[in-house]
Amino acid sequence: MSRKLNRAVAVAVAFGVAGAAFAAGHLTEDQQRAMDARQSHMELYSFNLGPIGGMVQDKIPYDATTAATAAANLAALASIDQAAYWVEGTDARIEGSRAKAEIWTDAAGYLAEKEKLAAATAALAAVAGDGLDAMKAAFGPVGQSCGSCHEAYRAPRT
Amino acid sequence: MAKWRIIGVFALLVIGAGWYITKPAPLPSDALDGLTGDPARGEIVFAAAGCASCHTSEDGPPTVLSGGQTFASDFGTFVAPNISSNPVHGVGGWSDLALASAIVRGVGENGAHLYPAFPFTSYNKAELGDIVDLIAYMRTLPASDQPNAAHDLAFPFNQRIALGPWKFLFANTDWVLQDAPTPDLIRGRYLVEALGHCAECHTPRNALGGLDKARWMGGAPHPSDEGRIPNITTAALSWSERDIAEYLKSGFTPDFDSAGGEMAEVVKNTGQLTDDDRAAIAAYLKAIPPVAE
Repeated sequence: MSRKLNRAVAVAVAFGVAGAAFAAGHLTEDQQRAMDARQSHMELYSFNLGPIGGMVQDKIPYDATTAATAAANLAALASIDQAAYWVEGTDARIEGSRAKAEIWTDAAGYLAEKEKLAAATAALAAVAGDGLDAMKAAFGPVGQSCGSCHEAYRAPRT
Repeated sequence: MAKWRIIGVFALLVIGAGWYITKPAPLPSDALDGLTGDPARGEIVFAAAGCASCHTSEDGPPTVLSGGQTFASDFGTFVAPNISSNPVHGVGGWSDLALASAIVRGVGENGAHLYPAFPFTSYNKAELGDIVDLIAYMRTLPASDQPNAAHDLAFPFNQRIALGPWKFLFANTDWVLQDAPTPDLIRGRYLVEALGHCAECHTPRNALGGLDKARWMGGAPHPSDEGRIPNITTAALSWSERDIAEYLKSGFTPDFDSAGGEMAEVVKNTGQLTDDDRAAIAAYLKAIPPVAE
């Protein structure tokens, strides 16, 4: 590679980095960390729902230990205090966020949804090791809880 | 002078013919003869047609059809009416024939055109037997005394007479999937194109609000301008038929994200259908042409 080209690439990279830094500069570090944390939290729900959902949908064979572990994880995740996730200025108007403004304007309603999930996952964890039928029955309310919260508090994909 | 008179008469004839062709066309008075509604079957039709999603209040119970939800669009804001069994504020006083005309012909009890925010453009393909069952079920639901609010539409969209030509152009009863060779696909087509009215959100519209059938289920901007409604043809949706059916049952995607927004409402309805019906919907979605993103 010629020197001239090297320099051109270096300049381009520098501008790219500066541009990225400028774009990211719209969020404070606290805002970005809160968004990362809450989205990771959602990933953990999804990850632990995987084995349980697969069993409920008869895609994988029921295994009591796996089911009980995943359900206990879900219940633990849902019981965590998440208040610090909702930093001002990180609603869906920010690129990468799908958190509806209602989480802030209707905090009580949002908290009620979170409590509903905590109750549904606790009920699931109580029976997930007791056989497939018991787990299937307790799984329904968990799905409904995901749905009703997403319906009210998650913005569509852009 | 004579020339102008001829032109004037001709213009009146054209306007008159236009009005005549596009005037509201309720069902003929004998359309429901011999049909008796079965409310138990109607409950399934009610779920498949998604009535509660729009006609209940945002946080009201799922069986009180009080109306009141608002729907933003390019033409203004529509307000869902009270269709509960209340005889004054709801439709309890309407005859079965009047209700069926509203649902499949988009004609109100007063004989005026209804706005296609109400998806009679899909329901017009429904079996009248199903509609009679649906009406029988709706009559068993509680009455709400919530008064109706007017739509908030700008001129000329607030002129209901303009809906006549609109219907002439965009409301027809042809199936989009013409070729449905199996009972599964026939059922799936019926659930998607008629009762489920999926295309009303998942298919883009032209400037006049008619569905762009060349891009059937190809995804569309959200009418509220917030986000996009996804392309659900095979060009964009790689889920298996089983994945689709499971999603319509529980709301969970194959990687255990879950449906949100309006689709969470839809899943409440599709969750009440049979596994066979959900499988039929999935088979239909695999059979329609892919629409490139």
